[in-house]
Amino acid sequence: MRVNLVVNGRRQEADDVWEGESLLFLLRERLGLPGAKNACEQGECGSCTVRLDGVPVCACLVAAGQAEGREVLTVEGLAARHAGTPGAPTGAEEAARWRARPADSAAPLAPVQQAFLDAGAVQCGFCTPGLLVAADELLEREPSPSDADIREALSGNLCRCTGYEKIMDAVRLAAARQSEAG
Amino acid sequence: MATRATKTTDTTWLRPTGTPGGIGESAPRPDGTLKVTGEFAYSSDMWHEDMLWGRLLRAPLAHAEIVSLDTTEALALSGVHAVLTYEDLPAPVRHYGLEIQDTPVLARDRVRHHGEPVALVAADHPEIARRAAALIRVEYRELPVVTDESSATAPGAPVLHPDREDPHAPHVPHPNILHRQPVLRGDAEAAAARADVIVRGDYEFGMQDQAFLGPESGLAVPDEDGGVDLYVATQWLHSDLRQIAPVLGLPEERVRMTLAGVGGAFGGREDLSMQIHACLLALRTGRPVKMVYDRFESFFGHVHRHPARLHYEHGATRDGRLTHVRCRIVLDGGAYASTSAAVVGNAASLALGPYAVEDVALEALALYTNNPPCGAMRGFGAVQACFAYEAQMDKVAAELGLDPVEFRRINAMEQGTVMPTGQRVDSPAPVAELLRRVKARPLPPAEPWRSEGADGPDIRLLPGGLSNTTHGEGVVRGVGYAVGIKNVGFSEGFDDYSTARVRLEVLGGEPVATVHTAMAEVGQGGVTVHTQIARTELGVQRVALRPADTAIGSAGSTSASRQTYVTGGAVREACVQVRAEVLARGRRRFGDRHPAWSGPGLGLDGGKVVTAEGEVLAAVADILGEEAVEQEVEWRHRPTRPFDRHSGQGDGHVQYSFAAHRAVVDVDTELGLVRVVELACAQDVGKAMNPQAVVGQIQGGTVQGLGMALMEEILVDPATAQVRNPSFTDYLIPTILDTPELPVDVLELADPHAPYGLRGAGEAPTLSATPAVLAAVRAATGLALTRTPVRPEHLTGSG
Repeated sequence: MRVNLVVNGRRQEADDVWEGESLLFLLRERLGLPGAKNACEQGECGSCTVRLDGVPVCACLVAAGQAEGREVLTVEGLAARHAGTPGAPTGAEEAARWRARPADSAAPLAPVQQAFLDAGAVQCGFCTPGLLVAADELLEREPSPSDADIREALSGNLCRCTGYEKIMDAVRLAAARQSEAG
Repeated sequence: MATRATKTTDTTWLRPTGTPGGIGESAPRPDGTLKVTGEFAYSSDMWHEDMLWGRLLRAPLAHAEIVSLDTTEALALSGVHAVLTYEDLPAPVRHYGLEIQDTPVLARDRVRHHGEPVALVAADHPEIARRAAALIRVEYRELPVVTDESSATAPGAPVLHPDREDPHAPHVPHPNILHRQPVLRGDAEAAAARADVIVRGDYEFGMQDQAFLGPESGLAVPDEDGGVDLYVATQWLHSDLRQIAPVLGLPEERVRMTLAGVGGAFGGREDLSMQIHACLLALRTGRPVKMVYDRFESFFGHVHRHPARLHYEHGATRDGRLTHVRCRIVLDGGAYASTSAAVVGNAASLALGPYAVEDVALEALALYTNNPPCGAMRGFGAVQACFAYEAQMDKVAAELGLDPVEFRRINAMEQGTVMPTGQRVDSPAPVAELLRRVKARPLPPAEPWRSEGADGPDIRLLPGGLSNTTHGEGVVRGVGYAVGIKNVGFSEGFDDYSTARVRLEVLGGEPVATVHTAMAEVGQGGVTVHTQIARTELGVQRVALRPADTAIGSAGSTSASRQTYVTGGAVREACVQVRAEVLARGRRRFGDRHPAWSGPGLGLDGGKVVTAEGEVLAAVADILGEEAVEQEVEWRHRPTRPFDRHSGQGDGHVQYSFAAHRAVVDVDTELGLVRVVELACAQDVGKAMNPQAVVGQIQGGTVQGLGMALMEEILVDPATAQVRNPSFTDYLIPTILDTPELPVDVLELADPHAPYGLRGAGEAPTLSATPAVLAAVRAATGLALTRTPVRPEHLTGSG
């Protein structure tokens, strides 16, 4: 079958999609967007988290055909989505301790992406795309989350490397910078 | 850019420059930006025009003869390009293995564990490959299984490997015992007679999975001359290569391996998974072949942590001094050898824990059974022992009426202590200090779910969490401590080396260092450390990293907490040689311009040659001009010795690593639910090469230990040896809601034998986290809890 959808703001079309394929397979193998990850493919790990019409979903549990005519945001689209917003000055006391990102990187990153780098929340990085999409959605909904709010919002995203502590730091940092940027 | 010259007269490694981003700083990951933008290419992201999808058929039974195997229907399915069985293997070598080559590439006439590889398919689409695999007709005749020590060594027990030729075979008491290592020191019998109290315990440790998130995967691309390029996630490229090439019937140089992005490892990628299979399919079809396990298959696709049964006897005098320890550790190695022999060596040599005891009699052994093969996982044999000896330490302390931390302090080993293997510990061993630090930390507030002014409790901070199972009724708090000891690097005489090539050249008027190693970056941050070392040693800002591949010599394994030490040591040594060459060229060209050129203490800083006082002698760009300097080194740590087969004596380990934990838990005693409130760690890392990264390692290791205490276990049916929970639905790893605050206290007591004084750090925190949580749950409930993980029914008496 043919599937038409909008991914990261761009219209996409895929042909010869088998009816049993997931949105995750469509993104990764047919549209060249491997950012959403395939750690469990049964909705347990959150590494394939994308937003479908704004709602965070496990792309592995969405049939490709269900995405017909809908809008998908993946980790590859996060930076561009935030590009219209002002940068991320580090004025907050908490934020001031963190390092700037490396000078040699290219396009500006979304605040959560930058915060994950600065806080040391990335190790192997396989969970990172899903966590970034989920954390970005949290901060959009709740700009000043409590620690318990952060843990609740990210409880569907497994990470095996970090013990989550620096992920907590990263989300707190992104929230602080975001509120500072007003 | 602010640079700072340091006062020193030495041009060797002790001369750090002030170059930003050097060692000791929390420099950013060189792969970080790619990892947050989704562009970083993991092994499962590989794609090639015209590629096929590989798929493996695995055995549904744990022990069976293969009576017949028919691939006709599978081959007939449209879109299938190849179906391979044992008969299709191209070379006389048809087995592989890390230490002992006992693992069949594909089963011939017998399968020995649930999920053993039987046949391979290559097809146009992964779903076609899956359907084709299901069309392969295999007739099995089921055989009786052996699943533990008593069944494996019973009279008439089926022997897993009847024709063993491995070096351990002549020395084991039964052919289903893979390796046995005694450690005997002093006179435990006589010492026991002096003990005022003797405490015995039997302990059981479940089977843990590495549960790395990036599934086993990779891409094999055939070349025009019958060779193959393999892009894969692994922990050790050259060890893979040594096992892959003979099975393909190819010389190693025609199998070129490149590390693809690795989504975590934790020991589970030491053994081969899809490497040979993808190459076989690619060479047969002449097409690139991608293989990606799903999570179900991943649980069958790698070895696990050895489950263990441990018996301990500790004796002590009234004043709190240990008199002796006797113990026996039985590890289940499963159907194939993997690294079980080395795991036995670790379990035996570290069985006492970080305590000074002179009279010791113990043995550790690994079994061959029909259970899933077990091998490397973070902590490697030291984890199981730590769970048991720390439970024993609490038990003895209670018997003596002593505080458990004080009892540990009295018996803590220190620098100079002689291990039960006879090895004297010749660098800092701050066991008592680590315990003191976690104990001195203020305790978290009681009843964290209550807050001022709130209407009711925040149920997220209670055991059971959002399940809303209690508002504090039946909830009790407990605090527990544990400390552990882990070896660093490969032990028992292994030639443990790493290769590094460093190039310094001028690009765009600026000196640029390029570092090439075959080190597998699996998330640990070794790549960051390499850039930091190059900056510090060569005084450059820009450092490029070549992809890890087999075009350079081996870097050894990314395991055993060894890469910062060994490949870090190799990168440092290569940099030192490059620096020496730059200085020599500078002397030749400019030596007559300044007397300092002939003196000691010159270094590279900010792209310049500087004196110890910071005076600039020349720019590196002017010395090198168009010519690059390049050096390649093979670097080794101090040699180790094998353990004596009978006594276990020998200087078997390179370095020891120590961590201590304090766990604070709230337990709902009615439902058996545990919430870990805080899990604090203190660890000596010798030198924090990258403070942010090393804390991340400690926190990650801590939470894997927490998982082992409360939730993680591969359940194997004892009647059939079949795995019952191969999914993230049924095998639970900690989520962010299960994980508490993880304060970390990092000590830096330099090891004079190690590069920069560093101490391998990745594994130690995984040891003590589990027993600390168990101790806290025991303190809360008063239950003995002799097995891990603890399940709710163990706490409620309902299971």
